[in-house]
Amino acid sequence: MNTTDPNEMTVEATLDNIPTVTAFVDERLEALNCPVKAQMQIDVAIDELFSNIARYAYDPSGPATVRVDVDQDPLAVRVTFIDHGKPYDPLAKADPDVTLSAEERQIGGLGIFMVKKTMDDVRYEYKDGQNILTVEKRL
Amino acid sequence: MTITKNQNGSHLDMALEGRLDTATAPQLEAELKQSMDGVTELALDFAGLEYLSSAGLRVLLSAQKVMNRQGSMVIKNVNETIMEIFEVTGFADILTIA
Repeated sequence: MNTTDPNEMTVEATLDNIPTVTAFVDERLEALNCPVKAQMQIDVAIDELFSNIARYAYDPSGPATVRVDVDQDPLAVRVTFIDHGKPYDPLAKADPDVTLSAEERQIGGLGIFMVKKTMDDVRYEYKDGQNILTVEKRL
Repeated sequence: MTITKNQNGSHLDMALEGRLDTATAPQLEAELKQSMDGVTELALDFAGLEYLSSAGLRVLLSAQKVMNRQGSMVIKNVNETIMEIFEVTGFADILTIA
């Protein structure tokens, strides 16, 4: 971790760092008395989005920044994921077919689909050589 | 995540506690792989499970496929957050949720 902003953390984008990032965000959510269900949905979003960065952004690896912002009126939390790896817009992918049988099912794309369904807003932009993905959840 | 196994002949019960995500899904996958041989009834108890991500869905899907061939699988005590995930992803139609 190399940051002075208490709402921002930069770590190596690895799968092993998902629990560290989750704990960092949870600590801020708990300070807001975030409802348990919303917190779990945000934790799932972290698992999906940070694991994507860890797997695909860099070869072999690089840093990712996670920031937590809070809007007061109406109360909402925004979690932003920033990496400077390969440009990749996860929202550009078509939604998976969720009506297929177990045999026909594929898991690819389900994670980001779940994030879109459980968050109130998901935005992606590529700016200054950075992938910036923001999820917003109203509390 | 903590997994408690209880095997009785061809019946296997597994109770999961904690979070089923990228970090813990391999643990469930390994436990299932080790124990599913000859099992005709698999019951997963989610009473202690907080949430699952797509990494968890992947393991549940492959377990369901194995059990479709050799018996049946049921998931019990699913909380509201997890039930919503099963519903939006269409897994509610693939899995048997008791």
